[in-house]
Order: sequence, then C-alpha cells, then structure tokens
Amino acid sequence: MNAVAYFRGGDWLILLLGALFTAWLAATVWRGGAPSKIVIRAGGHIFTEARLDAPQRITVPGPLGNSVVEIEPGRARVAADPGPRQLCVKQGWLSHAGDAALCLPNQISVELTGAKRRFDSLNY
Amino acid sequence: MQIQLSTTPDDHRIAKLAAAAIGLTLAEAAIPSPLPGVKPGLANIVTLVVLARFGLGAAAWVSLLRVVAGSLLLGTFLSPTFVLSFSGALVSLAALALAQHLPARWFGPITHSVCAALAHIAGQLGVVFFWLIPHAGVAYLLPVFTAAALLFGTLNGVAAAFLLARLPALQPACGERERKNPIAIMRAAPLK
Repeated sequence: MNAVAYFRGGDWLILLLGALFTAWLAATVWRGGAPSKIVIRAGGHIFTEARLDAPQRITVPGPLGNSVVEIEPGRARVAADPGPRQLCVKQGWLSHAGDAALCLPNQISVELTGAKRRFDSLNY
Repeated sequence: MQIQLSTTPDDHRIAKLAAAAIGLTLAEAAIPSPLPGVKPGLANIVTLVVLARFGLGAAAWVSLLRVVAGSLLLGTFLSPTFVLSFSGALVSLAALALAQHLPARWFGPITHSVCAALAHIAGQLGVVFFWLIPHAGVAYLLPVFTAAALLFGTLNGVAAAFLLARLPALQPACGERERKNPIAIMRAAPLK
C-alpha cells in the first residue's frame, strides 16, 4: 500500500496550512523569552518602567547629560548617550527578555523583562 | 404483549457501521495515551467512510451513536469524558459538513479527516476552557494537540481512503441482498 497515492492535491494544501497553523500556535503560545516590559534605571534607582507595545522615546537624565531610550513594539535600544565610548548605543536593539544595555559613564541601564525571568541576577 | 419496532435497511446499515465504530473505540481505550486527549480516534475512519459512501446524515448517526454507546460500554456516560467526546464529535461533524463541499477533485478523505480532527480538538478544548479549567494555562498544550490532530487525522484519512478504494463502488439500490449479506452493506446506495 502506497499511502502517498491516496493524497489529492488539496490534501497537501490542507496539511501545509495545518502545519503552519501549528507552528504559529507554538510560536505564539510558547514564546516565554519574549519581552513585555522595559525597566530603565538611572543612578541605581528605577527611573521608569514601560510596556513594549507602543513606540516611544524616553529621555533619561544622568550625570553627563541626557540618554535617549527608543522603544518599538517588542524591542528597545539606547538611541543616544553622552558616554565617551557609546557601548550601550552600539549594542543596538534588545529583543529578548533578560537583555540589558548599560551606559556606565552616565549611570543608566536598560533591561527587558518578560513573563518568566531566565535568571535571578547577572554579575559582571 | 410484544412490541414490534419496524426498521428499515438504512437503520440496519447505520447500526452495523456504528457497531464497527464502537468496536474501534473500545480497542482504542486499551491503548495508553501520553497525554489525556491525545489519541488516534480510529473510530473516525468509519465516520469518514460513511460520509463518503452514504452522506452526512448517516455519518452523523454513526458518529453520535458511537459516542453514546461507546461511553455506555466504557462507563463514562454523562461524565466529563463523555461531554468532551460528544462536543468533539459535534464540532467535527460541523467541520465535515463544510469540508464535504470542497471540490472532490482536489480534496479527499484526508482533508476531511484532518479538518474533523482539528475541529474535534477545538471543540474539546472549548469545553475544557469554558467549563472544566477556565485558565489560560490550557493554551500551552494547544500546539501539542494540533500536531497530534494533524498526525492522526492524516493517518485516519489515509486509512479511510484505502478502505474506500478497496470497497466496491456505489451501486444504485439497497435491497434484499444487502439485508441478507451484511458484507454487502457497503455497496448500498447513499441515504436519501
């Protein structure tokens, strides 16, 4: 018995649609690593927390001047920073829960948080 | 006093086919399942064959008789298990009612089977969510259920297509010969 012989053209289409649907469900339901919030700290204190669902720019004052954090749906970055080496700006977009960018000269940090924390703390 | 029920050949045919489906349900109950709700649904092979041969009405009879009589035999009648199974069967039949109108040139028993399996899981999870466990955690198992529905739906569909290819083609009338020879029931004409 050759099972493939029993498939008609549309059957493959239905199977493909079903597989895509399952993959979409899995991606939607199981995205534990997707960030939902951003926590911005300045000088060791929480400056603000924001949701990652609408685009916005947040200006954060530090000892060297203003840093600008840019938020888009599902990701965020430090768009501008007065620090000399621009490390946190060059880090680019952060898009996973637990990702963080530190602007040490300006004493500002940006961290994405999700539904589940992947770790308790980070040490450098 | 004697009560005489008058039965038609169609009744006999549906009863025999439902009995075949109930047999598969009982056999399947012996198969261990890794996750409640994930099982092959072998009885649906009968439903698919009946749908192709005798139409939606007969398929609905066979499917629902199978659910009720199967639950009586397994001792789950009117329990949550029965409600899950019944709601799954109802939503499956609704899906079959739609899917049977797809052009037969392109869509066969495998399409019907996969649609019915996905609808079955949707109906069951609907009941689970709105009645038994109203918690979003149920959704975490959705991809597992749909993947199982795809797999078993395809296997059942291939089995049904195999049976339909092997069973003799439709013949115009259901008469005395079919009543005397149960094997010939499959040759009978569709229910009107």
